[in-house]
Amino acid sequence: MPVSVANSQVVYDAIKGVGVRMVSALPETWLVHLIRMADEDPDMTLVRLAKEEEGVGVSAGAHFAGVKSAMLMQNHGFLQAINGIVGVSLLYKIPLLMLITDRGGFGEKDPWQTEGGKHTRPVLDALHIAREDLTRPDDVEPRLAKAMTLAQSSLSPVALLLSRDLMWEEPR
Amino acid sequence: MKRIDCLKAIYPELVDCAVVTIMGAVAAELYSLGHRANFFYLEHAMGLASSVGLGIALAQPDRKVVVIDGDGSVLMNLGGLTTLARSRPNNLVHVIFDNETLLSVGGGAPGGYKWFTTATSTGTDLAGIAKAAGFPHARTVRELDDFEAAAIDALNVDELSCIVAKVEAEMPKSFLMDIHMLENRFEFPRALQQPPRHKDRLRRPTRLTKEQPTTIPALKSREE
Repeated sequence: MPVSVANSQVVYDAIKGVGVRMVSALPETWLVHLIRMADEDPDMTLVRLAKEEEGVGVSAGAHFAGVKSAMLMQNHGFLQAINGIVGVSLLYKIPLLMLITDRGGFGEKDPWQTEGGKHTRPVLDALHIAREDLTRPDDVEPRLAKAMTLAQSSLSPVALLLSRDLMWEEPR
Repeated sequence: MKRIDCLKAIYPELVDCAVVTIMGAVAAELYSLGHRANFFYLEHAMGLASSVGLGIALAQPDRKVVVIDGDGSVLMNLGGLTTLARSRPNNLVHVIFDNETLLSVGGGAPGGYKWFTTATSTGTDLAGIAKAAGFPHARTVRELDDFEAAAIDALNVDELSCIVAKVEAEMPKSFLMDIHMLENRFEFPRALQQPPRHKDRLRRPTRLTKEQPTTIPALKSREE
């Protein structure tokens, strides 16, 4: 599968490096290795969700209990979770680190991904959620660390968009 | 059976559990019994109280977590029951007050009038759903004695439990809560920094419940 194992490892190491010990997730192709890494790590609690909005609640509970967490999801998962993000994370001022696969942009071959891809950034911006793209492996660790710092200091959700260039290796 | 009487029955047991309630009548009535810093009232995001409870239960496995939910909220996050069941935290008790109506969001009226009922009024069985989702213990209670006994059992047992309490669709005396949600939000994690109660301080079951909790065979592994 042309999902980058090496870059998934870079992202996973960065997640752990910022102190995350609980990850809630729903799968999508680009996330398979990241979720497997969380599953295989005895120091990480992986919560397999039925729907993404639950993850916002799980992360809030973890925060109350003193544990740092992250959510792994596709952009449609983010769109699904909006009510929870507004009604828990924003309303109650709770840090939330979201890693969102940025499907539907340039290079997208799956027609069904193209609509969600168009709306992810405008919706993040409408909610005033700070966001950055992760496109190069060298940027991952510092950007993720800064995102977590801002989430914790501002008590807000933050989003990192996992790009095609980072997650996908086109078969030659 | 009245919600407030059920809450009174378990109130002394909630001393240093993490308690997460839904909005509306449940929050207002628990608050009216005497607020404690270890009570968190989720005033919005219907359906997510159990998800918040799951996050706490997994992060603090030595603390008992009590989620006090409602039929309307649970029906908005039925998938959450499957997530709870597969995560199977053995320190979480899921109490669901089922008044068969969306009372607190305009579905009820004084005098118990049900203006907007939920599907539990037409036969949806939340304990049956929880059981089928994989909860090791799930039962419905209709009498106060049975509720109290089931709750004490659930607090003593180291397994995920669900108690569906059929209650009247009665408005609380007042919805007033003299604590801002942000004050509650910040005091709650401080309370969770305190060490959890030692098990020996829990009230033991005083009598066997009429209906034993339904037990399903242990799952092969924690996941799936």
